[in-house]
Amino acid sequence: MPQFFPRTANSIIRLALLAAVVAIATIAWLGALFVRSPYEMGQQTPRNQPVPFSHQHHVGGLGIDCRYCHTTVEKSSFANIPPTHTCMNCHSEMWAVAPVLKTVRQSYRTGKSIDWLRVHDLPDFVYFNHAIHVHKGIGCETCHGRVDRMPLTWQANSLTMNWCLNCHRHPEDFVRPREHVFDMDYTPPRDQKELGAKLVREYRIQRLTSCSTCHR
Amino acid sequence: MKSQSQSGFVPIEQLIAAPRPRHWQTVEQYEALARGGSEEYCEAEDTPLDEVSRRRFLQLAAASFAFAGITGCTRQPPESILPYVTEPENVVPGRPKYYATAIPVGPMAQGVIVESHLGRPTKVEGNPAHPASLGASSVHSQASVLDLYDPDRATVITSLGQQRSWEEFRLALTNLLGPVQTRGGGGLHILTGSVASPTLGAQLQAVLKSLPNAKWHQYDAAGPHGARGGANLAFGRPVNTMYRFDQASVILSLDADFLVTGEPSTRYAHDFAARRVRGNRLDMNRLYVVESTMTATGGKADQRLPLQYSEVEQFTRTLGETVGVPNVTAASNARYSEWLGAVAKDLAAHRGSSIVIPGAHQSPAVHALAHAINAQLGNIGNTVVYTDPLEQEPTDEVASIGELAQALRENQVELLLILGANPAYDAPADLGFPEILSRAKTSVLVSLHSNETAEWMTWQIPESHPLESWGDARAYDGTVSIVQPLIETLYESRSPIEILDAVLNPPGRSGYDIVRAYWQGKSGRNDFEAWWRKSVCNGVIENSALPLITPALATNWAAKLPNVPQQQGIEIVFRPDPYMYDGRFANNTWLQELPQPMTKLTWDNAVYLSSATAKRLGIAAQHRVELSLRGRTVEGSVWILPGQPDDTVSVHLGWGRTRSGRAGNGAGFNAYRLRTSDAMWTAPDLQIRLVGGTFPLATTQLVQSMEGRALMISDTVDRYRSDPDFVKKMTKDPPDGLSLYPKWNYTGHAWGMSIDLTKCVNCNACVVACQAENNIPVVGKDQVLNRRAMHWIRIDTYYEGDIANPRGMYQPVPCMQCEDAPCELVCPVQATNHSVDGLNDMVYNRCVGTRFCSNNCPYKVRRFNFTLYEDWVTESIKLQRNPDVTVRSRGVMEKCTYCVQRIREAEIYAQVDDKGLPDGTIQTACQQACPTQAIIFGDINQPDSHVRKLKEEKLDYELLGELNTRPRTTYLAELRNPHAETEQA
Repeated sequence: MPQFFPRTANSIIRLALLAAVVAIATIAWLGALFVRSPYEMGQQTPRNQPVPFSHQHHVGGLGIDCRYCHTTVEKSSFANIPPTHTCMNCHSEMWAVAPVLKTVRQSYRTGKSIDWLRVHDLPDFVYFNHAIHVHKGIGCETCHGRVDRMPLTWQANSLTMNWCLNCHRHPEDFVRPREHVFDMDYTPPRDQKELGAKLVREYRIQRLTSCSTCHR
Repeated sequence: MKSQSQSGFVPIEQLIAAPRPRHWQTVEQYEALARGGSEEYCEAEDTPLDEVSRRRFLQLAAASFAFAGITGCTRQPPESILPYVTEPENVVPGRPKYYATAIPVGPMAQGVIVESHLGRPTKVEGNPAHPASLGASSVHSQASVLDLYDPDRATVITSLGQQRSWEEFRLALTNLLGPVQTRGGGGLHILTGSVASPTLGAQLQAVLKSLPNAKWHQYDAAGPHGARGGANLAFGRPVNTMYRFDQASVILSLDADFLVTGEPSTRYAHDFAARRVRGNRLDMNRLYVVESTMTATGGKADQRLPLQYSEVEQFTRTLGETVGVPNVTAASNARYSEWLGAVAKDLAAHRGSSIVIPGAHQSPAVHALAHAINAQLGNIGNTVVYTDPLEQEPTDEVASIGELAQALRENQVELLLILGANPAYDAPADLGFPEILSRAKTSVLVSLHSNETAEWMTWQIPESHPLESWGDARAYDGTVSIVQPLIETLYESRSPIEILDAVLNPPGRSGYDIVRAYWQGKSGRNDFEAWWRKSVCNGVIENSALPLITPALATNWAAKLPNVPQQQGIEIVFRPDPYMYDGRFANNTWLQELPQPMTKLTWDNAVYLSSATAKRLGIAAQHRVELSLRGRTVEGSVWILPGQPDDTVSVHLGWGRTRSGRAGNGAGFNAYRLRTSDAMWTAPDLQIRLVGGTFPLATTQLVQSMEGRALMISDTVDRYRSDPDFVKKMTKDPPDGLSLYPKWNYTGHAWGMSIDLTKCVNCNACVVACQAENNIPVVGKDQVLNRRAMHWIRIDTYYEGDIANPRGMYQPVPCMQCEDAPCELVCPVQATNHSVDGLNDMVYNRCVGTRFCSNNCPYKVRRFNFTLYEDWVTESIKLQRNPDVTVRSRGVMEKCTYCVQRIREAEIYAQVDDKGLPDGTIQTACQQACPTQAIIFGDINQPDSHVRKLKEEKLDYELLGELNTRPRTTYLAELRNPHAETEQA
C-alpha cells in the first residue's frame, strides 16, 4: 500500500494536537478570568435606581450616620433598606416639591414600596449576617467601599467566596476598633498587624471557614 | 500470619456485635427466618420510571455532560428590594417573630407557637405553657401550616358554579332568613363537627335561643362516640376523662392507641415516657395492651394480647369480675384467662397507681366497665380524673346526623348550614348521603376545600384556616386558648364564627370583634384589656381548665350493659387514620407521605390482615380484594400486619377522597362506604373476595432494612438490673488508630445527640417537624416505590418475636454526624465537609450529584433529588419555606445537619448580644417536636450538658459503631418491663 501522507504529517498532527490542548486550556483560563472579572461580578457599575439616591450627598455631604437609615444592621442578618417614612422625615420639609423626589412622595401617598434594585446580591445559598460582622469590628467600608463618594451606589468588591475567605482566614488584616466601624474615612494604622491581632483576641474573633458558616 | 495485636488490624466480622438478635422487618424476612434461613431477602423489583433504551440513555448522558458546564454560565437575575412604606413597630427584617395560638383538630386543640417571617407563618412549634403540648407537638400541628398554603383550597365564594361576592351572599342570607325567622327557625338546620370552642358554642346556643325551632346537628366521623356512650351508661351523664400517666405504674390499654392517635396523645406520651424512666430506669412502669389491630402503642407494650374487637368487651367484663366490680359477671375464656389473671393481680397490686384506658372507638360497654374497674382499683381521683365534657353540647352524634338525614328525606330542610363538616364523604353509608343533600331548599357549606359535599350545595364559602382567623379552642383538660391569626386571609374566606355572626347580628362583625366581645362578657373583669392581651400573648387563658368532678356510678349501670356481642365470621374494624384523622388532612402531602407507624406505608391505606388469616384465604400482600359488608362493597389492597388478631380486617378511615385536592384525590380507598350508623366501629360477617391483580403499596420499610445486624438493642429492665453493662458487652468499640486519617480536634463546641429508645413511641412528629423546618420536598407515590423518599429523619420499625404477636421496636435515624465520616472522603468536589464543631456539612451548591457519599454511607441517611422534587412554581407553597434553609434543586444530595441554621443563628446572636449559649438554648426541630423528649441535642464538650450526661449512661451505644464511624448521634438501648407471670401465660 502506498504511503498517503508524507512523513511531515506526523509532526503536523502532533503540533495540531498540542495546539488544540493549549487552545482549550487558554479558553478555559480566559473563561475563568472572565467570570471573576469586575465586569462579570458587576463591580464598579453604578446602578440606576427609581430614585437617584446619592450616598455621596447624604453621607459624605450631610454626614448622616449609616444607622439612621439602615437601622437593623446591628441586630439582624439583613441591614434594612429604610421605609419611605424615613425619607419623608426630612423630605416633607426639605425639597418637599422637588421633581426628583416624586417617586418617594408617590410611594408615601399610595402606600406602595419603592422598587429599589439590589446592588449587593449574594446567591440565595449564602447566608450572610450583618450583625455579627459589625459586632466583631468589620467596618462598613471594608466591604461596601467608600459609599460616601458614590453618587449612585455601586458594588465595590467582587463578593466572591475567595474574597470572603480572604478575611475569614486573616481577620487581623481587616478588623478595626468597634468605635470606627461606621467611619467611612478610617485608615488602618501602620501597626495594623499588631492591632489586628490584639482585636482578634479581644473580640474573640474566630477564623470560621466551615462550610456551614455561610451555606445552610 | 501476623497476629492481631501486631498489625492493629481487626477483621470486620469480629467487630460486628456477637449475638445477633433475630429481628425482622417484613413478612418476607420473617418467613425466611422461620424456615431457618438468613435475614437476607429478595427485595421487590425496581419499578422503572420510563423505558429508556441503552442507546438513548447514552445519547442523553453525553448531551447532559456536554451541556452541564453551560449551567455554570447563568447570571443572577437582578433582584428588587421592597422596603416598607411605614415600618410596623418591632419588625426586624431577617429575624422571625413568634406568636402563640392553637390548632384545633376535632373538639380538642393543641397550643402552639408559630414562627413568622415578615408576616408569613412558616413553622409551628408546641407551646411550653400549654397543657396539651408542653412544648412538643403532634403531626397535625406540625402539618397545619402546609394546609394553610394548600394551593387546592377553596378560594372564592360560589353559588351554583358562579363566583359571588360576600355582599351577594349576605343579601341572599337575609332573604333566606326572613321566612325562617317567621317560623321561629323552623326549617333551619346547622351541621357542625363536635364544638368545643366557647365562642362558637355560645353563638350556636344563641341561634337556638332566638330561633327555637332551628336544629343544630353535630357529627365528627372520627370522634369518641364510644366514650360518650360509655359515660352516659356508667354515670348517666357525659364526662371528659383524663389520665395521669406520669403517676401510673401499671397501665392496661383496652384497644387504645393513646401514645400516638388522637390529640391528647402528645401529652399522654410525654407523661408515659417521663414515668417510664423514673428512678434511673429501674422503677419502670408496665404497659399491657389488649387490641384489635397492631398499633404503635401495642408495639411498645411490655405485654400485648391481640384480641378481636368483640372479644375486648368479653375480656373487659371478665377483668371487671376478677377485680371485683359488683354485679359484673362473665364467662371466662381459656385462651387468655391465665394472662388476664396475671394482669388483674398486677393491677390490684397497684391500687391508685394503675390505669385502665379504653380506646375512644371501643363500645360504650367497654368504657362503662373501664370506669367501674378504675373506681374499683381506687384510681379515680389519682390516675384517672373527670371533668365536665369539653363539648358545648355533648351529643350522640350518630343519632344527630341521623336526625338530619331524616329531616332531609322528609323535605323539612329550608336552609342547611354546614360549618366545616363533610357529610357527603364521611356520613354513615346507610343514611342516603350525599343524594339527600339536594333535598335541602338552600344549602350553604363553609369549608377549607371545595370538598365532596360542595357538589351538592347551593352556596360555598371558603373557610379561613385557624392560622388566618380569630377563634378559641379547648385543650384535653378544658384549658382555653385564643386562636389568633398569623396572616391576613389568603383568599376570600370566612371563619365559622364570622358566618354565624352574620346570621345573628347582620351584617356581622370581624372575627376579632366577636371573640373579644365574647370574652369581655365572659371574663367579667375590670382589667379586661390587660387580661386579654396576656391571654392572647401566652396562648392560654389562665385557670381556664375545667374543674375536676367526681361523678358517681349510676346505681343500676351494670344491669344496663348490653349483651356481649358474639363473634361471627371475619370482623371488620374501622379506625381513624393516625395522620388523616377523619379525612380532613387528605390533601396534606406531608401527611400523605409520612410513613404509617407500624407498616411504613405512604400514600394509601390498606386492608390489614393477619398472616394466618391471609394464608387461610389465599391472599398475599398487595393483592386486590373486595370487602363486602351487608351488600356494600369497597375495593382495596391487602397488607399483612404482624400482630393483627386472626379473622379481623382493620381499615383506616379518611382515605379515598374524591374532592380533597390534587394530592388526596384517589389515594387509598374510602372505608366510610362500608360504615353504617349501627356499626360505626366494627361489624361482623365481612366477606373478602380476591378480585384479581395486585395494586402496589408504597412502603419505605423494605428500602430501609439494615440487614439484620444488632442495630436496635432492646432488653428487659431485669437484665439491666442484674448486669448494668450488658449493652457495652454486646457492642465492641473499635480500637483507636484504626483510621488512616488524623483525628479531629474539637476545641469549641462539639454538637452531639442522644436518642432514648425507651422513650420513642413512633409518633413521627419529628419527621414532619424536620420536613417543615428544612424545606424537604415530598416526592409522590411513584418515587416512594422507587425508594426515593426524602425524609432526613426516619423511624425504623423492627419487629421481634412470633408474627402473631410480635414486639415492635422504634429507632429514629437522622444523620449520625460521624467523626470519621465515610461520606466526606469520597466526594470528588468537596461538597460535604467536616465542620469545626463536628458536623458533616453539606454544601448544596457545590454538589454535582455523583451520589458517592450516599453509596458510602452505612446509615443511608443521605437523600438525593433525582428530579425536581421541590415545587418551584406554586406561589402559595413558596410562602411556607423557611428562609434560613436553601431550597434544593434537582441533582443535589441533601441530609440532616442537626438543623445547622438554628445552631449558627444561636451562635451569632449569643455573641452579638454578649450572652452565653447555655445548654438547651439550641433545639433541633425533631427534638423540639418530640412529645417524649426522646431526642436530646447539645454540646458534648460542655461538662454538665444534658446530652453528655446521657452519653455517659451505661445504655449508650453507637449504631454500627463497629465500622469505626464514631457517630455523634448515639442511642440509649431500649428497656422493657415484662411481667414474669404474664410472660409465661
